[in-house]
Amino acid sequence: MSSHDHDHHHDHDHGQDIPSATALRVKALESLLVEKGLVDAAALDAIVDAYETKVGPRNGARVVARAWSDPAYKARLLEDATAAISEIGFVGSERPHMIVVENTPDTHNLVVCTLCSCYPWPVLGLPPVWYKSTAYRSRAVIDPRGVLGEFGLTLDDGVAVRVWDSTAELRYLVLPERPAGTEHLDEDALADLVSRDSMIGVAKVSVP
Amino acid sequence: MNGVHDLGGMHGFGPVRPETNEPVFHAAWEGRVLAMNRLMAGWKLWNIDSGRHSIERLPPPDYLGWTYYEKWLQALTNRSLAHGLITAEELASGHKAPDAPVATPPLTVGDIETIIAAKISYERAIPEKPRFAAGDAVRAKMINPEGHTRLPRYARGRFGTILRDHGAHVFPDVHAHAASEAPQTLYTVGFTAREFWGESAKDGDIVYLDLWESYLDAA
Repeated sequence: MSSHDHDHHHDHDHGQDIPSATALRVKALESLLVEKGLVDAAALDAIVDAYETKVGPRNGARVVARAWSDPAYKARLLEDATAAISEIGFVGSERPHMIVVENTPDTHNLVVCTLCSCYPWPVLGLPPVWYKSTAYRSRAVIDPRGVLGEFGLTLDDGVAVRVWDSTAELRYLVLPERPAGTEHLDEDALADLVSRDSMIGVAKVSVP
Repeated sequence: MNGVHDLGGMHGFGPVRPETNEPVFHAAWEGRVLAMNRLMAGWKLWNIDSGRHSIERLPPPDYLGWTYYEKWLQALTNRSLAHGLITAEELASGHKAPDAPVATPPLTVGDIETIIAAKISYERAIPEKPRFAAGDAVRAKMINPEGHTRLPRYARGRFGTILRDHGAHVFPDVHAHAASEAPQTLYTVGFTAREFWGESAKDGDIVYLDLWESYLDAA
């Protein structure tokens, strides 16, 4: 591929420095597939639009905010996340087999896929580049505390780390700890606080 | 396969570099590659496991050097060629061969909601009861299959404890290579970080993997 012509940083897996040759190659493949009737051009546009505008971490944030606000919902979420997430009824979301793991004062959860890039698309959208990077995939299991440090998160010594390597078709979502001082907030306001990274387990939720 | 995709525990890839305000796609072509992958799946000539295996089989320098969507692009091209959906001549020219038929796309705009909203489940009912129960001690087998597997190298031969079972799921090691789903019970298995990494790991830390029954022996 044309990126070989390029001074490509292997620990910096993103697309900003892709030469236009790749874009041209994609265009050529797309026009061939459309010309052969193998894909529908309008459907391509619709899928891109859906992932850009409809599926994203806001969905997961709503799940977290509901769990923080409603103890019965939280219990159902931890017992059967697939069913509990379905209750919220996202428009345009996939609902694969979901598992929710809860952070507590003495346990911190972190999600990775060492073998590829498995990620809970329906609740978090498409994965960030760092989640798919060789650096994260190699180190999250052997040096989770070092990885967390690169996100600016230092765990207390007494906190145990639980790393979840997504090796099957189960998708993991971290239920972060509800920050202090948010008792007065309603579900919508709570959802605004919940970052994508906190639901992967590389950040805590903080109050701005 | 013992491929470069099996990254758990490797050193040398540098620090993780989070990106502030990262866009969904870094270039428009990335979205096109994603969308082509979703729609071409409609031909049902490959499945999630054989598709994944096609990425794992990219040449190791390419696997490590290319971006995520570059890998998707090449693997989709390779699969389309291998299944005869397109030819090398067509790919080179960018146009349909004059005598090639025009197909009807299996998926259209009307299917988008279904594609995005599909409740994808790989859980299957099987008559066999689970061999292991929560709390059972197990050992991941030492296997080195040349084909697809979801048992990472770093867990092979290691001792762990069953956390729970998830019912029977399609078995990737077979499904990647055959039409058969060969479902078997899937478990989450906990291993102490020290079992994997020795004394340098922190006592009390645990790494969980989702492992199929045939990956495991009683311990």
